[in-house]
Amino acid sequence: MDRVLFGDNQFFGVNHMSEEKARAQAMRFQNGKAIIEVLEDAYAEGIKAFMCTTHERMSEICDHFRTNKDKYPDYVFYPCMPYAHKYANAAAELGMLGAVRSFLPEENKLGALLRGGMSLARQDVEGLATLLIDAEMKMFAGLKTPVIFLQNVATDFLLGLGFDEAFKMFADRVRDHYDAEPGFMTMNAPMLVPRLEKLGISNPIICANFNKVGFRMCPSIQAYEDLVAQRRCRMVAMSVLASGALAPRQALEYVCQFENIESIVFGASSRRNIAQTKQLIDELTRR
Amino acid sequence: MIRAAIIGLGKMGLSHQAMVNAHPGIELKAVCDSSTYVLDVLSKYTGMTTFADYKKMLAEVPLDCVFVATPSKYHTDIVAAALERGLHVFCEKPFGLEPETGYRLADLAERKKLVNQVGYHYRFVGAFNEAKRLLDQKLIGELHHVQVEAYGPVVLRPKGSTWRAQKSEGGGALFDYACHAIDLMNYLIGPPIAVSGTVLNSVFSNDVDDEIYSTLQYSDKLHGQLATNWSDESYRKMSVRLCFWGSNGRINVDRQEIQIYLRSHDGSGGLTKGWNVRYTTELTRPVWFYVRGEEYSAQIDHFVQCINSGQPSASTFRTASDTVRVAAMLRLDAQKPRTAIAANAAASAETAGSPAPLRQKSFMRSLFDRL
Repeated sequence: MDRVLFGDNQFFGVNHMSEEKARAQAMRFQNGKAIIEVLEDAYAEGIKAFMCTTHERMSEICDHFRTNKDKYPDYVFYPCMPYAHKYANAAAELGMLGAVRSFLPEENKLGALLRGGMSLARQDVEGLATLLIDAEMKMFAGLKTPVIFLQNVATDFLLGLGFDEAFKMFADRVRDHYDAEPGFMTMNAPMLVPRLEKLGISNPIICANFNKVGFRMCPSIQAYEDLVAQRRCRMVAMSVLASGALAPRQALEYVCQFENIESIVFGASSRRNIAQTKQLIDELTRR
Repeated sequence: MIRAAIIGLGKMGLSHQAMVNAHPGIELKAVCDSSTYVLDVLSKYTGMTTFADYKKMLAEVPLDCVFVATPSKYHTDIVAAALERGLHVFCEKPFGLEPETGYRLADLAERKKLVNQVGYHYRFVGAFNEAKRLLDQKLIGELHHVQVEAYGPVVLRPKGSTWRAQKSEGGGALFDYACHAIDLMNYLIGPPIAVSGTVLNSVFSNDVDDEIYSTLQYSDKLHGQLATNWSDESYRKMSVRLCFWGSNGRINVDRQEIQIYLRSHDGSGGLTKGWNVRYTTELTRPVWFYVRGEEYSAQIDHFVQCINSGQPSASTFRTASDTVRVAAMLRLDAQKPRTAIAANAAASAETAGSPAPLRQKSFMRSLFDRL
């Protein structure tokens, strides 16, 4: 994995500190062109991996990178699936099963619905999971996706239920069909890693909050520090700036002191902030 | 270990299941739902003991508490059955659709000394608790006006196939959405004594209300406004925002941050004269397990702590019934005739009272309500 990954929260009105800021960002980035400009800025600063939710708006970004492959020959996407609000909103409107049905692939509808219907009827969760993963991955066809993440609401929901087999289903599909490494986003990394190990998923790629103030590091910052010290996972640190609660240098000094943190993902909207954060990570990594 | 069961496995029930199952102080013994599909999948992949009939489950499984997350209209019977068996009960909001029933259940739970809690999770948000702490200190002086707004994307099309779109099932934004805003206001400054000018309006729904606006009266000197709309897709998810105006300043608060303006201040508590801002990152206490917001985890942990300590919950059947009572007041007030504005003096004499269209609307509303 690259040392520095670019995140996408800023593009979709996600800001854990301020709704006003989130709305301002949603306005600025409602045009896909504005997103692409920022991705190009990041690319120019040497950030060549984009970790993005499978938000429906991402498909136009994918189109751009597909048609301009020569411009970004070494660009990679790290998809994070699913976009949880899409499912949660559909579940409130259509019920649990209705929501699942509504996200089955649209092309070849009859076949997919039949397969989906049969998967539903037989409680064949693996068949259903496969269909849903493929539906989410469709927009990335023809692009490089070396790591595919299960998004944290899904991971943590399954983790809480004890539905561990789903992690194996996800990992198998990602490895076998997409020739990619499975990754798991989570807010409960110290609980997740041992469970993945039990399933035979050793040294998994984990993307979790890692910040000096312990924001959303459950159950404790100490448990996370122990986890990376034990070298039991390939950690991608996210929310390193704790949504802006920390000054960049102070925040990154904390994260970069852990040699076993493999990558850092951050999101920013201005070239200046992107450059500053990237340069800081490079400088602190070399130390 | 506290032995628990969950009744109702929709969106909220399954989310509770993930958190309850991960709680070190709870042993989840069984779950119950009418969907055999959900039960079969859970049983096959998580080994959970499942029931299709809650009465059978309550009779057969030794339990200390239950979590009730069925559609609203079933809450009352299930909660009563659980209390009769001496179980502590966590029930999803709104908590019944008639306040009288809720108060009866509150009486029963209190008589039996059972912990009773309703899932008004905004009571467990760090920023709102900080607002409560500052309001209780009278930091911004005597309050004279409050405003609560709740917007989000729940109903965005005319047709919905679930119970949330059916009035008879407890659907509608008043009981299913505005109750969160009402409960939060009750928590922060107490329930209103009167309501007026209430509007219940449909934006997309055929059978239920999608937006609610009302004027709330708290005392001679304190009034407020409520605005909720669950058909606003410009929001990514539900957003609740409150503003308080007092003689010494103002507080704006939502889930992410609290902004405090002080006209004068002595510098205590790390606050200064003028604007002060505090963010969720410093106001939120860590939880043992996180799925979708600290408050969802925190309310379950609070319920467990109340069972262990015998302390009453911060969101009881009684406070939830107060909330339902306010919602019922709003529903009633929305049917009242409105003050008409006369076009001129002559017209004024002709249409004293309500103008015909408003009278008609009100009549139609009451007819629908009766049906």
